[in-house]
Amino acid sequence: MIPVPPAVQRVPWKLIALLSAITGFGLLVLYSAAGGNWSPWAWQQGVRFLIFLGAALVVGRFPLRIFEDFAYIGYIGVLILLIAVEILGFVGGGAQRWLNLGFMNLQPSELMKVAIVLALARFYTQLPPGETRGWTALWPALLLLGLPAALVMLQPDLGTTLAICASAVVVMFVAGLPFWWFGGAALAGAAALPVLFSMLHDYQQKRVLIFLDPESDPLGAGYHISQSKIAIGSGGISGKGFLNGSQSHLDYLPEGHTDFIFATMAEEWGLIGGLALLFGFFLLLRWSTRVALKARTRFGQLTATGMTMTIFFYIAINLMMVMGLAPVVGIPLPLFSYGGSSMLTIMTCVGIVLAIENDSKTGTRRFH
Amino acid sequence: MRKSPPITEASRGFTFTRRTLLVGGGQMLVGAALAARMGYISIIDNDRYVLESESNRVNLTLVPPRRGWIVDRNGKALANNRVSLRIDIIPDRLHNRDLVLGQLKTLLRLDGDAMERIERDLKAASGFQPVAVKEDLSEADYAAILVRLPDLPGIAPQRGFARYYPTWAAVGHLIGYVGTPNAEEYQKARDPLYITPGYKIGKDGLEKYFQPMLKGKPGARRVEVTARGKVVRDLSTQADIQGQTVHLTIDADLQEYAARRMGRESGAAVVIDCLNGDILAFISMPCFDPNSFSDGISTSEYAWLRADDHQPLINKATRGLYPPGSTLKPMAAIAAVEHGVDPSERHTCVGGYRLGNRFFRCLGTHGSLDMPSAIMKSCNSYFYWLAHRLGYDAIAPTAKLLGLGEEFQLAGSNQRYGTIPDSAWKMRRYHQSWSASDSLNAVIGQGYVSVNPLQLAVMTARIASGRRLYPRLINRQFANEPLPFSPEALAVARLGMDLVVNGAGTAVRSRLPLDGIKMAGKTGTAQVRGLASGSRGQGGAWKYRDHGLFVCFAPVDNPRYAASVVIEHGMGGSRAAAPVAKDIFTFLYDRQKAMDALEAFEAGWGGTIKDRMDRDYAAWKAGASMGPDPETAP
Repeated sequence: MIPVPPAVQRVPWKLIALLSAITGFGLLVLYSAAGGNWSPWAWQQGVRFLIFLGAALVVGRFPLRIFEDFAYIGYIGVLILLIAVEILGFVGGGAQRWLNLGFMNLQPSELMKVAIVLALARFYTQLPPGETRGWTALWPALLLLGLPAALVMLQPDLGTTLAICASAVVVMFVAGLPFWWFGGAALAGAAALPVLFSMLHDYQQKRVLIFLDPESDPLGAGYHISQSKIAIGSGGISGKGFLNGSQSHLDYLPEGHTDFIFATMAEEWGLIGGLALLFGFFLLLRWSTRVALKARTRFGQLTATGMTMTIFFYIAINLMMVMGLAPVVGIPLPLFSYGGSSMLTIMTCVGIVLAIENDSKTGTRRFH
Repeated sequence: MRKSPPITEASRGFTFTRRTLLVGGGQMLVGAALAARMGYISIIDNDRYVLESESNRVNLTLVPPRRGWIVDRNGKALANNRVSLRIDIIPDRLHNRDLVLGQLKTLLRLDGDAMERIERDLKAASGFQPVAVKEDLSEADYAAILVRLPDLPGIAPQRGFARYYPTWAAVGHLIGYVGTPNAEEYQKARDPLYITPGYKIGKDGLEKYFQPMLKGKPGARRVEVTARGKVVRDLSTQADIQGQTVHLTIDADLQEYAARRMGRESGAAVVIDCLNGDILAFISMPCFDPNSFSDGISTSEYAWLRADDHQPLINKATRGLYPPGSTLKPMAAIAAVEHGVDPSERHTCVGGYRLGNRFFRCLGTHGSLDMPSAIMKSCNSYFYWLAHRLGYDAIAPTAKLLGLGEEFQLAGSNQRYGTIPDSAWKMRRYHQSWSASDSLNAVIGQGYVSVNPLQLAVMTARIASGRRLYPRLINRQFANEPLPFSPEALAVARLGMDLVVNGAGTAVRSRLPLDGIKMAGKTGTAQVRGLASGSRGQGGAWKYRDHGLFVCFAPVDNPRYAASVVIEHGMGGSRAAAPVAKDIFTFLYDRQKAMDALEAFEAGWGGTIKDRMDRDYAAWKAGASMGPDPETAP
């Protein structure tokens, strides 16, 4: 038997294989969506994945302490960026979501998805156990969440706002806040739904209404959902075959390489492809949930759970959207959709969870 | 709030594990729901979505069918199809609308009206429903579009077919015309073909009547298209099936000849085969050009037709009602013999007939006449005497048996069938009893009597054949049973008509210029104004002049053809109508002789029908553009 050097053993081969499998499948779909071409999407996406994967592995080697120490500073930095975007948008006129850094367009709201989890995890790590059911456990967290959520909502970006809130709420939930607070908030939220709805922009309201009745506007905004369902439904069990998807190839499916890439895939690979992809995502989420459960520190536990939720939220909302179970909110499918921002977020999450996993292998468990 | 134990790090960790597992379980539930949803869409709803995906991908274009021909008794085309090059716009594929429309405007030299119509149609059209830009392009224009096609997305050139009537205006009233279906017709038919550019339906005459036979079956072209409408490839093409051919009893050459022979007059002519009732020619002149209507007539051309006092838009052969005048005298003679009058009994014409204190004038003072010579001379006095003696109630049934006042079941015709009056009719209509003077007026074809030219031709054919011939335009079977008249009665009428032309009658100048074939006939002059107005309608303004009528059959001894000719305001049957009938019959036996006569006439009239129409229209347009009121300009 060939001795495996420890340095090689420490590399998370299984995780790399899983991520590569999901992304590789995505590359095939992008290849098909481009009409059987590696450019313009698949090739670029592949290179980007390799870079981000490398970065995630490096991040995974960082001591967990660093993330804990820099959680607040990072959070404040991203908050400032969000405000900067808002001001730039105000000066430039119209909505703006990104900062042009020269080499890439940075969306601070994407970074906030990670930053909010880290900041809240840090906060609940510091909170004395006795205070968990008290007022002090709630108001700083609501402040931490409320500021960025309001800023992103102003952009306006409903999807990202919901993603930030979902991750934050899950961190608060697993931190041990009283159960009935969440139940009460859910009830209050349901009661306030009409008010919230009236605060949405016209186009957002329209999307929600069309989601409720897609056939009301089959050629307008309901077109996306209708065409996506046609693509998935016409794929059947085994699909129309690689490179044979008429919905995507003949441009009936809008955004077939980004938000609606799942429909593009399902048309050609059918239910089998869809279930395979769902299984891949299940393995990824099972891994990060296990990391959370095995984490050595409370910060690690909370962070890993929050990151899992961030990834899950992407997957769930995107799939619900393409299957007509949620309004069109413009959330990409992690690792699958063409685009740098979402991949950056996901790979950051993966990197941090990896760091937590590595941390849990190094020492004894401590919870303070 | 319930009392809870103090929270320790250990219990907090326990809570974390429990809640994390709860969150994870929730996530798995959502995942399972998504998998179930996907399974539902792709398995249960698969059929529906496959169908929707196919209807996205495949675009079906209808190819309008070629219309069936309408041919004459010898198979010669009265209506056929010619190749028509056309340009359409597919709205869904039109991306740079202003640029493309601008290019089309320049290339095809479209005027403001056309551009406005295209804009309007584009607004109303949806998706792949093509919008017509221009029909009947020249090869050069078509080629100009073809070479620029890559720069003109949304433009669809097409090689289609358009209706063509080779004899132009000669067949307008008979055949009718085709046109683009209007909104109501589409609502009624609910056929997508109706809104396919280039598809036309019969709008009038035989084209309308035989629409179900003529229309054919559309072809279809299935193509794979992208969402933007770019055609990726042809999937399949199914050829159209041409409509059935309609065979008419018409003789196309005779039809055209008769139409031309009508010259500049307004009137009608009908020629019937005495053997079987076949209508050989069915003329109403002047006529519109059905080609203009079928190509979509221009507003100004339509206004020109409407403004013409010769009424080219009315089919006078079936919708023109005229007092038949003396043409009914042979019929009256038959009725008299049937009622026991001896044809050899003589009556003396003293220039009129006294009825009570009124004196009914005759056109001459004919002296002593028997029945055939009374017909020959067209003596009113003799027939006044007959009518006074018998009463018109004795004559009217004979008139009806001969087809007067009857509406015939004739393909595609819309008839006004006029009046053959009797006492019951007058009581019903005016609540007055019939008077002897009514009988006197009716017997010379004036007063309440009105008939159309088709009825006159049928009457003549029935007198000539002795059978109740039913007129027909297509091969339909009728009994054509013998008329219940004695041979003597029919013989008297025929003899009288023979004498009119070949004896010393009113139409001796219209004898056939043929050896061995003689024509029998009867002239008629119908007053447009009453006798009381003084002038006999032999001069003055055109529209107050008398109508000229002539009915005839030939050959005299073994009748084969019967005809009626009506020349509106022609001032007299012998003067205006009989010469036309003579030439039409001459054409049946000696085409060359007849053509020579016609060409001489046309030289004087200023060319063929088309030449004259083109010139008149140009003149009218010039006048209309200058004159203050285009309706009265000519």
